Amino acid sequence: MDTSTLAIEVNGISKSYGTVKALEHVSLEVQRGEIFGLIGPDGAGKTTLFKILVTLLNADEGNAKVDGLDVVADYRKVRSRVGYMPGKFSLYPDLTIEENMEFFATLFGVTVEQNYDLVAPIYKQIEPFKKRRAGRLSGGMKQKLALSCALIHKPSVLFLDEPTTGVDAVSRSEFWDMLHNLREQGLSILVSTPYMDEASRCDRIALCNNGRVLDIDSPQHMVEKFDGKLYGIKAHDMYALLKSLREENSIANCYTAGEYHHLLADSGFDAQAIEQRLVDLGHEELEIKPIVPDIEDVFIKLLSNEQH
Amino acid sequence: MRGFLKFVKKETLHILRDSRTMLIALLMPVVQILLFGFAISTEVNNVNVAVVVPKWDEQIRQSINKLSSNPYITYKGAIAEHEIDQNLRSGKVDAIVVFAHDFDRLMTQWKQNGNGKAAMQFIMDASNTNTAQAGAGYLNNILAGELMQSNSLVETHMLFNPQMKSAFNFVPGIMGMIFILICAMLTSVAIVREKETGTMDVLLVSPVRPLTIILAKMTPYFILSCINLTTILLLARFVLGIPMSGNLSSIIVVSLVYLLLSLSLGLLISTIAKQQIVALLISAAVMIMPIVMLSGMMFPVENMPAVLKPVSAIVPARWYIDAMRKLLIQGASFGLILKDFLILVGMTLALLAIALKNFKDKLE
Repeated sequence: MDTSTLAIEVNGISKSYGTVKALEHVSLEVQRGEIFGLIGPDGAGKTTLFKILVTLLNADEGNAKVDGLDVVADYRKVRSRVGYMPGKFSLYPDLTIEENMEFFATLFGVTVEQNYDLVAPIYKQIEPFKKRRAGRLSGGMKQKLALSCALIHKPSVLFLDEPTTGVDAVSRSEFWDMLHNLREQGLSILVSTPYMDEASRCDRIALCNNGRVLDIDSPQHMVEKFDGKLYGIKAHDMYALLKSLREENSIANCYTAGEYHHLLADSGFDAQAIEQRLVDLGHEELEIKPIVPDIEDVFIKLLSNEQH
Repeated sequence: MRGFLKFVKKETLHILRDSRTMLIALLMPVVQILLFGFAISTEVNNVNVAVVVPKWDEQIRQSINKLSSNPYITYKGAIAEHEIDQNLRSGKVDAIVVFAHDFDRLMTQWKQNGNGKAAMQFIMDASNTNTAQAGAGYLNNILAGELMQSNSLVETHMLFNPQMKSAFNFVPGIMGMIFILICAMLTSVAIVREKETGTMDVLLVSPVRPLTIILAKMTPYFILSCINLTTILLLARFVLGIPMSGNLSSIIVVSLVYLLLSLSLGLLISTIAKQQIVALLISAAVMIMPIVMLSGMMFPVENMPAVLKPVSAIVPARWYIDAMRKLLIQGASFGLILKDFLILVGMTLALLAIALKNFKDKLE
């Protein structure tokens, strides 16, 4: 494997579908042996970027390299070096696990035995059911089979488009363990997910929205460089609380985030004064505390920065 | 090559596991052949005939005997002249033979001189033109046949299909339709299914040329069609009794070209359609309808209005059906179907070229 070049290099890629801009001047780099996450809601352009990188679509503008090869000029070569797992389950439901594996191995001119070591940790979990048709597998098993099929030819760069969507929490966590395992073996992985909580399992992430990259960094660093004070607040009537908070001037942003509402302090913020006003407004069981931001808070802050 | 066979195996598994489609593909030709061969036919097998006899004599008895002993005629007895209208209206009879009151004398005159006055009248219920025409023909043959043959200006011989069996006419038509259905419709749907389910994306992102995969996809359908060709030919020969007087290898060569043509058409449809339902609709609207209406399968090309004739010329089935009629029924030599054959070859090459040009290994 050539280690001198980047695994993926994206320079100013733009792509439109008619008048809809799916990607606008996206640039990013994925190092060798790195798990790089594209994090963003539906419609952020993640799938479009994947399709451009795996040579299924041509970009309108900009260029990209995968494994040092241009995705337009050398698309045939790129195709033999990448493993691609689309967002939609894309195996043959009427073929068994074993038949699917064999077919995808043949597709790349290898045999299942040849690269068994690479896929073994994943494939072993579903191997007992190898005579079962893929259409009758559970979501987690389908995902493992799809990953095994994407890996069977020992690709140098792995593209996983929303691999954990529609999979239960335990299987999701297991799946990320498997990805770390693959990284240990030298694979470079580009993975997309709409789940912010999965960002921390990546080495580096790109937060994206509406076809644009908002920021690229390691998840830890992104959280560390969060400037501003963040508070968690809850009361008996959460909806009324949110309405009251939105009346306040010293709050830059507040939004629901599970058990607590998160609020981002603006200049002149005084937690005690706000608490007092809220009590006066009749809010019961009020609790307010400073909290450490997570990736979702970072994302929302970047989003509101962009809008202002 | 090993890879190619693996791909073929995969496609075969798809077909085998979709037992309903496979059953349809294998049974459709059998059912259609039997249906058109026996149940649905344009032949008139039974004409109900009554007679009006003003004065009985030996000549009339003989004529009625000839009528009632004919397998195509059901003799319904004699009726009075005023009952004619009511009998035809109620549908009890399809035809009425009215004998002249001096039938005996007129017939004798005819036999001696070869001409004379009309000795009988056929009154036909022409609300069904087909039955009326055929019935009049039968009655003419039975009652006036000997006179006509010895003295007529025109002598007609029905060559190749003397009994005018409609199955002879339909078998080539069914062949023209079945192969389009199986090769073009099923293959295009099978290719488009991969697009619809997203497996095509995964196939494209691999070193294998997508064309290889598509060729592998066509192979089992090609084999399926060859099985159907055999079934149809066997049924046509041994169940329907079609003469198959033409050279068997010519029949097979022309059919194989037609199979390739159908496969190319299927490939072309699959490059246009993005959903299986679209592929099906294109197949049904763009292929089945013209084949049935314009290929000459049901309605003779010669009878078509001038605007439709050129349209019919681009329906591939027209040329195949024409060639098959000549080979299966007339026993024509290859030289006589050379034009049909060359047109089919040309169409195949053109379709294949367009399909391949249209075929993209990217998504747009």
